[in-house]
Amino acid sequence: MSLASSGSLISRNEGQDNMNLFIEKEGKKAAPLIAALNIVIVCAAIIAFFWVSLAIIDLKFDFSFLPKYRNWILNGFKTSLGISLLSLVLSLLIGILSAVGTSSRILALRYFCRGYITVIRGTPLMTQIYLFYYIIGTAWGIESRFISGALILSIFEGAYISEIIRGSYLSIDETQLEAARAVGFNRRQTLRFVILPQMVARTVPALAGQFASIIKDSSLLSIIAVVELSQSFKEISTSTFHLFESYFTLGAIYLCLTLPISFISKRLERRFYYEN
Amino acid sequence: MRIEIEHLYKSFSNSKVVLEDINFCDEVTSLSVVGPSGGGKSTLLRIIGGLLSPTSGSVTVDGTKLVQDERHLIQYRREIGFVFQQGGLFHHMTGRENIIRPLVSVHGYSEKDAADRADELLTRFGLADDGHKLPAALSGGQRQRIAIARAVAPNPKLLLLDEPTSALDPEYTTEVLNMVSELSSTGIRFIIVTHEMGFARKACDKVAFLQGGNVVEYGVSQEVFSSPATPQFRQFLGKMFEWS
Ligand SMILES: Nc1ncnc2c1ncn2[C@@H]1O[C@H](COP(=O)(O)OP(=O)(O)O)[C@@H](O)[C@H]1O
Ligand SMILES: [Mg+2]
Repeated sequence: MSLASSGSLISRNEGQDNMNLFIEKEGKKAAPLIAALNIVIVCAAIIAFFWVSLAIIDLKFDFSFLPKYRNWILNGFKTSLGISLLSLVLSLLIGILSAVGTSSRILALRYFCRGYITVIRGTPLMTQIYLFYYIIGTAWGIESRFISGALILSIFEGAYISEIIRGSYLSIDETQLEAARAVGFNRRQTLRFVILPQMVARTVPALAGQFASIIKDSSLLSIIAVVELSQSFKEISTSTFHLFESYFTLGAIYLCLTLPISFISKRLERRFYYEN
Repeated sequence: MRIEIEHLYKSFSNSKVVLEDINFCDEVTSLSVVGPSGGGKSTLLRIIGGLLSPTSGSVTVDGTKLVQDERHLIQYRREIGFVFQQGGLFHHMTGRENIIRPLVSVHGYSEKDAADRADELLTRFGLADDGHKLPAALSGGQRQRIAIARAVAPNPKLLLLDEPTSALDPEYTTEVLNMVSELSSTGIRFIIVTHEMGFARKACDKVAFLQGGNVVEYGVSQEVFSSPATPQFRQFLGKMFEWS
């Protein structure tokens, strides 16, 4: 009797395990082994799909030309990273200033900042690159493509960062601000001890994500002939005729840059996750 | 402590009058403010605490009239402890930091004195093991007790509590009210807005019944609760005790 019941208990458990190999409740983390298994399955399916696609059109890859262009790639990589880092700093500055500006007491400043955010977010980066580089840049004699590229990218990303900062300010709980007044903090102390720490906690993970966008968006600067990573590969592909290999390598390098950033962003999110 | 309120009006921008000609003058040691939701209890408490300015009228504490500008109000708030219904602890600081930070930055304590004061209070109220936790990791009752500890840490001349137990599970209500009662027995003066009629009756000397923006009834708790003078308060008590 007891044997039979314990036997059925085991088999029922096994049945559940079988189901759980592929199914997990929403919002719940899968066990590491099960996660690995499912990731392998997904990867295998995707690779198989492309394998078959390649076979159908009878395409073969040859990456052997790459080492020859090592220096081109390295230079492009340095330029991309340099522009992105410079833009990260500048766009953060622009983002903070314009976020503060949108609620300025000086009306002209307030409307300028709101207009800036709206127009920049509502138009393609390509349009902005042409406008700022060929018209504004030429008119005011900004010679360096690197500098104007970084500036244009900063103006573009700054509008998004501005919204991130504004959003994190608005999401601060009203009670937190009233509590700050109740304990006797003045405005400066409220900013320093309550508003800024809470804003940093909400902004930093989103900023890390924005940095990944900056890196990707910097590839558009190739249209004003900034020789960054994607422009390097464009040149490599036209001189070697290895179009697919060049652009796939490019994609892989971008992924190598953005994956760690999104990983760090996730980590920061968890580190600052102190609410609820 | 003598609190004097004269012709106090408050209306918000949506023009509904929330407090209508409140007049009050008495010594306050332990006062409960009771009444139906929306009756203006929180509004009145926030005005007394210097967190909100009245539309007209005045509040006078110990002979000093509250000047309604930010500079004076900051000074005044530093002498008052305030406890909110919920969410009053700073989310990003541990319970202990919540107590220490205002002591250091507002009241001029050294870091060490502030830490000693925080630990003394945490130990006294059975929170010694919880001080290092963020509010999110604490129970509702622990959060409120730390909020009260933060409010009394700088020895305020008056403690104001706005429904400190309303957001709590019943099991935590008692531990919070016990803490208020113990503080009261060591001489801390307080005004509490509450729906806990037992506490209002037994632990507070006086009670004010606020309804529709008016103090409808006021007096010594023991007397007012056993024989309410107004039909409104009688009706309110009837509703409160319907299921008890
Ligand atoms: N900041 C505010 N803006 C507009 N109306 C408010 C505000 N605060 C409170 N009120 C209104 O004032 C009335 C009394 O509110 P309150 O003082 O919170 O009552 P109680 O605490 O007795 O429930 C309510 O009708 C509420 O909607
Ligand atoms: Mg209220």
